[in-house]
Amino acid sequence: MKARLSLLLGSLGAALVAFALAAPRVVAADKVDPAADAKAFQNFFFQKFPNVKHEDFVNGPYSMNEDMKRQWQEKEEFPPYEFALDAGKEMFATPFKNGKTYADCFPNGGIGIRQNYPYFDTKEGKVVTLELALNRCREANGEAPYSYVKDEMASLTAYMAFTSRGKPMDIKIPDDPRALAAFENGKRYFYTRRGQMNFSCASCHVQSPGERIRAEILAPALGILNAMPIYRSEWSGMGTTSRRFVTCNSQTRAVPLEPQSDEYRDVEYFLSYVANGLPISGPGARP
Amino acid sequence: MKRSCLLAILFASTVALPSAHAATEADYKAAYAAAEAASKEAAGMRNQWTVTVSALAAARKAADGGDFDRAIAAAKEAEALAKASIFQATTEKEAWKAMEIR
Repeated sequence: MKARLSLLLGSLGAALVAFALAAPRVVAADKVDPAADAKAFQNFFFQKFPNVKHEDFVNGPYSMNEDMKRQWQEKEEFPPYEFALDAGKEMFATPFKNGKTYADCFPNGGIGIRQNYPYFDTKEGKVVTLELALNRCREANGEAPYSYVKDEMASLTAYMAFTSRGKPMDIKIPDDPRALAAFENGKRYFYTRRGQMNFSCASCHVQSPGERIRAEILAPALGILNAMPIYRSEWSGMGTTSRRFVTCNSQTRAVPLEPQSDEYRDVEYFLSYVANGLPISGPGARP
Repeated sequence: MKRSCLLAILFASTVALPSAHAATEADYKAAYAAAEAASKEAAGMRNQWTVTVSALAAARKAADGGDFDRAIAAAKEAEALAKASIFQATTEKEAWKAMEIR
C-alpha cells in the first residue's frame, strides 16, 4: 500500500515538474516576439545553407549554388532591369502637374531610403509599403495612382531600391500592439496553406529553397524582398512586390487578394523585418 | 428464370432511370445556389480557389446553352471545391503554427 502511494506521489510530482517546465514554453510560443522570430528565421537558413554567405541570400535562387551564382554574375554585366532603372530615374525626377516631385513626399528626398520600407504608421495603425507610399504621393499631388502590378510602379521602385543598394534592411516595429498584430498577421499569412494545391509561402520558400519546381529553382524566403522589384524572364518584364504576391497565390490556385490588401502589406512587413541586416540588392533579376 | 428476369428488369430500371430523368433549369438553379453560397463563404474567409470560380463559370455557360446536366455537374463540382477551401481555411487557423520556424 505504502509503495503504491509513494509511486502515485512520485508520478504526480513528475507530472507537476513536467508541466512547470512545459508551461512557460507554451506561453512563450503564443507571445509575439519579432526579434526572436527574426533570429530563428535567419538561423534556420544559415544552418540549412552553411556555404552561402549571409549577404548572398538576397540573390534568391542565384545564391543556391556556384553555377547559379556564375549565371547571376554574368547577368549583372548587362542587367535586364536596366531599362526600368533608367525609366524610373526619369519618372522620379519629372515634376507632377503641380510642380512638386516624388522627392517632396519622402524623407531624404526619397534617396537611399528603400531599406526602411515597409514601416508601421502609428497614426493610421497600419503597415505602409513603398508602393503604397508612392501612390499616396501621386494622389496627394493630384495624379492618378499607378497599377501596383505594372511597369510604372516597378520602374519607380527599381530606381529607389537602386539608391539603397548595399544598405542593410532596417525595419522597425514600434512598441504598439497594432504593429505587433500586423507582424503576427503577416507571419500567419506566410505560413498558412491556401489554394487547391494546399501550399503556403513557406511550402516553397522555407521547406524547398534550392529545389526545382518545374524548371525553376526556388528562392529562400530569407531576403526574398531585398531584391524587389525584379525582372523575371518568365514574365518578360519587371514585377513589383505586389505582382509577386499575386502570382504566387495564383500558382497555388488561390484567388489572389487585391494588391496592397492588409494581408499583403502585413506579410511584406513580416518578411522584410526577418531580413533585417541583409543588404538591399534591388532591382533584381530572376529566371 | 422468371425471378432472374424480374431482377434484370429491376436492375436495368434502377440504372437507367436517373439518366432518363433530364435535369431541369430548376434543378440547376438549386445546385448553383448551393455552390454560390459555399463559394461566398470561402471568399468571406479570404480563401477562394481559382478552380471554384472556373467551375461556377462553367456551370453558368452550360446553363446558358441549355445543357442543364452539364451545368449541374459543374455546379456540384464548384460546391465541393468551395467546401474544401472552407475546410482548409478552418483547419489552417491553427495548423499554420506547425510550419513556423521557431
